[in-house]
Amino acid sequence: MQLEKERHALLVFPHPDDEAFTCGGTVRLLANHGVPVTYACLTLGEMGRNLGNPPFATRESLPEIRRIELQAASKAMGISDLRMLGFRDKTIEFEDDEKMVQLVLDLIAELNPSLIFTFLPGFSVHPDHEATARAVVEAVRRLPKEKRPKVWACGFANDTVERNGEPHIELDVSSVKLDKVAALRAHLSQTAWMMSDSAKRVEDGQPMSDSWLNVERFYVIEFPDDNDHSLDSATI
Amino acid sequence: MQEIKVDQLQDLLNSFAHKDVYIHVETTNGSYASHYDEKFFNAGAFIRNVRLKYELGKVVGDAPHRVGLKLEHGWVYVQGLTHFLLDDQNRLLMAGLDYTGKLAVALEISETPFTY
Repeated sequence: MQLEKERHALLVFPHPDDEAFTCGGTVRLLANHGVPVTYACLTLGEMGRNLGNPPFATRESLPEIRRIELQAASKAMGISDLRMLGFRDKTIEFEDDEKMVQLVLDLIAELNPSLIFTFLPGFSVHPDHEATARAVVEAVRRLPKEKRPKVWACGFANDTVERNGEPHIELDVSSVKLDKVAALRAHLSQTAWMMSDSAKRVEDGQPMSDSWLNVERFYVIEFPDDNDHSLDSATI
Repeated sequence: MQEIKVDQLQDLLNSFAHKDVYIHVETTNGSYASHYDEKFFNAGAFIRNVRLKYELGKVVGDAPHRVGLKLEHGWVYVQGLTHFLLDDQNRLLMAGLDYTGKLAVALEISETPFTY
């Protein structure tokens, strides 16, 4: 599948590195086509567990490390507008739900995106992922049909394909794989274990051909045409 | 952070006793524990910037260590602590890091509030 020319792409994810794992290659492709990209990153992953042993960080110093990593990763993906929104890791689902919906509506009103990336509600495992995805889908649902941006969602719960079928969109991002690897590498506090494992595979003569590095898959969120505010109106 | 030295940590715990302090307590298996092992019962707790005063703070045990704070009307205790640091903002940070370097538990004490 080929990407369309988008007006503006908006990413809404809760943690630094969510974007690189889910849509890092797609975002780089969009940026290469001149599409402005805004990333609204809700937290700084303050509660990340990997501090090392011996430790390289403390619970209190980790956020600043991840802020710098996020800035470097955003550069690698061509994200032109990075916004760190200051929520605390693992608390998104306890925030006022309406406040989170309004936050997304405000971003949409300001940026007028034609495409939004987020997680797939119900199939994104982490409570922050679920709360973020719920807010995005509800915000877009409230818009009149003709004003709705597309929402491409990433799900990775164990039963995602079983329950939803294969993702609707499959993009070959192999041409920007090195940029995606650079973004993942920038999130070093989160990915060091994985990158060292990949480097070892290359040294062992195995190519870094993991399909998830070369292909990104998304479900397209579908909304009802009538925008009638019925309870079950947003489905995939 | 360095591995806990009981004498040094005990001195630091003593230095915060009888003062109004803010605490951070956290215990976690990570949000993905039940994703990787669907039989895993994932539980944890998080407290940040609750203010209290303790009359006695004590570190005991061989590593990993236990730390207990005796309050006027109750207790705070944490087990599984391995590392400690008095940071540049004079906050006593204690963490329990598992064998792979992942934080399993934390107890932190400060006279000023922690960030958000």
